[in-house]
Amino acid sequence: MLRFTLSRIGQTLGVLLIVSVIIFALMRLIPGDPVLIMLGDEYTEEAYRQLRAKLGLDRSVLLQYLIWMQNVLRGDFGYSYLNHQRVSVLLWDAFVPTLVLVVASVIVGVLVAVPSGLVAAMRKDSPLDWGSMTFAILVYSMPSFWKGIILIWIFSVYLGWFPAMGYVAPWQDLGQALWRLVLPAVTLGTFFSGLVARIIRSSLLEVLDQDYIKAARAKGVRQSALVYRHALANALIPVVTVIGLQFGTLLGGAVLTETVFAIPGLGRLTVSAILIRDYQVVQGAILLGVLFVVAINLAVDVAYGFLNPKIRVA
Amino acid sequence: MRSLDADDLTLRAPLPPTAVAVPAGVRAGVGVWWRRFARNRGAVFGLAVFLGMVAMALFAGVLAPYDPLAQGVGAPLAGPSWAHWAGTDSFGRDMLSRIIYGARIALVVGIVAVLLALVIGVTLGLVAGYYGGGVDAAIMRVMDGLFAFPIIILAIAMMAIMGFGVRNVIIAVAVGFIAPFARVTRGDVLAVKEEPYIEAARLVGVRNLPIMFRHVLPNILAPVIVQAALRVSGAIITEAGLSFLGLGPPPPTPVWGSMIAEGRNFIVMAPHVSTIPGIALMITVVGLNLFGDGLRDTLDPRLKR
Repeated sequence: MLRFTLSRIGQTLGVLLIVSVIIFALMRLIPGDPVLIMLGDEYTEEAYRQLRAKLGLDRSVLLQYLIWMQNVLRGDFGYSYLNHQRVSVLLWDAFVPTLVLVVASVIVGVLVAVPSGLVAAMRKDSPLDWGSMTFAILVYSMPSFWKGIILIWIFSVYLGWFPAMGYVAPWQDLGQALWRLVLPAVTLGTFFSGLVARIIRSSLLEVLDQDYIKAARAKGVRQSALVYRHALANALIPVVTVIGLQFGTLLGGAVLTETVFAIPGLGRLTVSAILIRDYQVVQGAILLGVLFVVAINLAVDVAYGFLNPKIRVA
Repeated sequence: MRSLDADDLTLRAPLPPTAVAVPAGVRAGVGVWWRRFARNRGAVFGLAVFLGMVAMALFAGVLAPYDPLAQGVGAPLAGPSWAHWAGTDSFGRDMLSRIIYGARIALVVGIVAVLLALVIGVTLGLVAGYYGGGVDAAIMRVMDGLFAFPIIILAIAMMAIMGFGVRNVIIAVAVGFIAPFARVTRGDVLAVKEEPYIEAARLVGVRNLPIMFRHVLPNILAPVIVQAALRVSGAIITEAGLSFLGLGPPPPTPVWGSMIAEGRNFIVMAPHVSTIPGIALMITVVGLNLFGDGLRDTLDPRLKR
């Protein structure tokens, strides 16, 4: 198990190295001189040269990359001249709301997916099965930004039940935070539930078809006991994998959901930084986003290795 | 006498036409496949939606009642009526015409981006799987790196580099889809290249490139096609997302994502501006997903859930 974990960590570090090269290369491909963008319209030749040297842009590309990596590893993502703030501070401030949104969405997703997948599998081919699978494919296919607008229209504008926009940190005012989190979490969570419900259904059907379940049934164990005590735990394992596999999609969905609900998260930070050409921030935000995805994948893989010894072969 | 070269051999002695790796669906012929596909009602609905969308895109000029860019053809923000079935937007443009023309962009971006990703990804996967070793490691590690990016975030970064416009949206979306194609292809190539008929081709001296493209590729196409069908909807959603964020084709191009974004400002007084393009987008995506699921179940039974 230790070897498996170490080898997965090694692979992850390799992926991160390549990711960092890709991001660095992408940022160098952006047209326009970043020094000019930072200095604005009025600048002196001297200021230009100074800033250029300060940013290390007068050195070779390889050296620039190494300096950037060295700084990133120390947690220094540079300085945002447009926001007058350290990039690491901006990133941290934006990361927390995104994390809160994603966690809430996973919770909502699982809460919706488990019962609907369960019902669909237990009543296979019934209208209930058909209904819950249709619901799953619908919520999965709705673009999150559109779903968010529709939810705002119905539940904020029309019914007035929930606030349409904004973010409050849970440790500032838990009630307000949860209240404001309902619509965004439902928006992103139902997308996730659509995916998971279909997987719970199919893995449950598969488990219910296995010999140990048939044996239990033959011994007279009731259907409900079969499902809750024997089958469900096994059927939930693939759900863990899906969280890992789809975490990137979930984070991507968060970018759009944040825009709709005006949540000051990583997605909003990235998009607004692109629009004002604040590339230090873009670079850091993308790296942080990918780091987040890769870390979750690593955690899921290792957890999965504990749950299922068969896959411990790296 | 001229000595026979490898190509002569392949021409005269064709390799066994049915290889073990050909999925049952392909071997059985189109007729049987279609009967199996037609039994899946969702898939048929999906195909119908897809064909309807293609028709809408092709005949947009005939179907659209108004010029999609003409302002003031109706009162601004008017709800659906006989004159304007889907209402009008804040510039008094006919929403239905814009939605019909929007289908064209959605479809072009969806299909071209996926095809581009397919060609690049399949080639990389083919080369990686076939040659193995250092080539494989180099290609697949880069693919792992690309795979780690959430597609929309990678596309956002690409748009920042390339600037706005339909062509750039296509490239940005395509880059995000290369890695999945490379992975699927490589996995299947690893299995197929051990088959006796590939060994036979190599023994008679067929060169690597013809083996890869003439003998390996046809036998791994089914999962690639399935993958492509399932990805088109993702590409369309990604394009809509980019447009929604204001990073897609610039205004006044009729794009569903920007139409939804514009309607957000009028959600109280004119909810149709956001909702109706969204419905078009959703029907398209549901249709393509059902079609892709149906293709997967009939072409590539291994993946069936």
